[in-house]
Amino acid sequence: MKRHLISAADLTRDDAVLILDTAEEMARVADRPIKKLPTLRGRTVVNLFFEDSTRTRISFEAAAKRLSADVINFSAKGSSVSKGESLKDTALTLEAMGADAVVIRHHASGAPYRLANSGWIDGAVVNAGDGTHEHPTQALLDAFTMRRRLVGRDAGLGRDLSGRRITIVGDVLHSRVARSNVHLLTTLGAEVTLVAPPTLVPVGVESWPCEVSYDLDTVLPKSDAVMMLRVQRERMNAAFFPTEREYARRYGLDGDRMAKMPEHAIVMHPGPMNRGMEITAEVADSDRCTAVEQVANGVSTRMAVLYLLLGGSEPAVTTNNARTEESK
Amino acid sequence: MDAHRDANPPGSVSARPVLEAPDIARVLTRIAHEIVERAKGADDVVLLGIPTRGVFLARRLAAKLEEITGGKTPVGSLDITMYRDDLRLRPARALARTEIPGEGVDGRLVILVDDVLFSGRTIRAALDALGDIGRPRAVQLAVLVDRGHRELPIRADYVGKNLPTSLRETVKVQLTEEDGRDSVLLGTRGTAAAEQ
Repeated sequence: MKRHLISAADLTRDDAVLILDTAEEMARVADRPIKKLPTLRGRTVVNLFFEDSTRTRISFEAAAKRLSADVINFSAKGSSVSKGESLKDTALTLEAMGADAVVIRHHASGAPYRLANSGWIDGAVVNAGDGTHEHPTQALLDAFTMRRRLVGRDAGLGRDLSGRRITIVGDVLHSRVARSNVHLLTTLGAEVTLVAPPTLVPVGVESWPCEVSYDLDTVLPKSDAVMMLRVQRERMNAAFFPTEREYARRYGLDGDRMAKMPEHAIVMHPGPMNRGMEITAEVADSDRCTAVEQVANGVSTRMAVLYLLLGGSEPAVTTNNARTEESK
Repeated sequence: MDAHRDANPPGSVSARPVLEAPDIARVLTRIAHEIVERAKGADDVVLLGIPTRGVFLARRLAAKLEEITGGKTPVGSLDITMYRDDLRLRPARALARTEIPGEGVDGRLVILVDDVLFSGRTIRAALDALGDIGRPRAVQLAVLVDRGHRELPIRADYVGKNLPTSLRETVKVQLTEEDGRDSVLLGTRGTAAAEQ
């Protein structure tokens, strides 16, 4: 029985819309005096983080706790992993502890897939970011934020993002967020344009279901949402652009550029932001920037994912890993 | 929404109506009068329908109450999916809307409204869900049909029709808002629905 969320490409349109609709109901729990549901009582969710992360881990933790699941946080620092334990042995340990779901972040692309398909564990595997591959829950919360802002909170229920034009700007090469978003947003009917310096566009991008542009200013007036990616300094082991200042001037979003966007268009950022680099403080602090809202929506979206994967006898979302293999 | 109650087996050609549209209207009018009588004017009443059809019944009751008392009765919906005790027996299901009226439920008389009262488990879940939202002065239950076979110590305060059934029978409530017509159908469970 497949019950994992490894790649945004595994989700069908109906699955994705179901997750977004469920997240909309989960969001209402946050407005109540008692922000807790008994749904996952007695289930154990392990947050297995081999890579630093604050917001994703806290977001998953909050989501699991609001659904009454027991949460075990496992970070590679200060664990047996720093003593050289393999992924397999770590997985077997978690299995022995009875983990019903493992939320994994790993620096190696494909680690969640390996965990899900190795037979080491029985529980559900949720990919919380693997290397430069995918980060499906981030894409889901981005889509959720877009649907709320561009279609409407109630009007959006049951609907996708068809016809919306989404621009993703920046370090696409290293960005698992961009990869997951391209898959998910296309599934939801949106038209995606990637804007990046040629050196930061991945090889094989022609096969992605999106457009590629090198000029931010021509794309901005035609965008309903602009997603600024973080320049990942920690992965910049080669000279991808001459100076940070030049990058900021050509691909950074400042007040003047934001003024070229349509009235209704929003600015998104998955965080953490490098102010002054890909986004100026003026834009980051404006009403049109949804960065903080995205964090709040992240909890609701992850609650929806955990509920749909763990809430019943079998997952309501039919993520089929066979399709991942096809799409590779 | 509750497969226990409203599953309409494809094989049940023999479903026969027990209540038709005029009967349902009459029954709701009577329940509205009973509410006003028992709640002494229905000033602090909040109606919460249980999705899907309970919500439509709650709205209709609110309209009847307004005709009788002249005042507006707050009406909302209470989704119980996440509080069910059989979640792990079936695939995770889609959630319905919970909409609590602006007045809230604290210190008020909350009347839960549902279409069919059967095992009582839905109402048990609704009481748990309500407890997480606030603390009503009292909680009462109004149902269109009570078909018996309770599995929990729960009873309805307002019953549209008591319908003695066997466990092999199905009760299907149809309402114009959802199904295009008003009726209550009593059928026999076909083999096609044996998965229940």
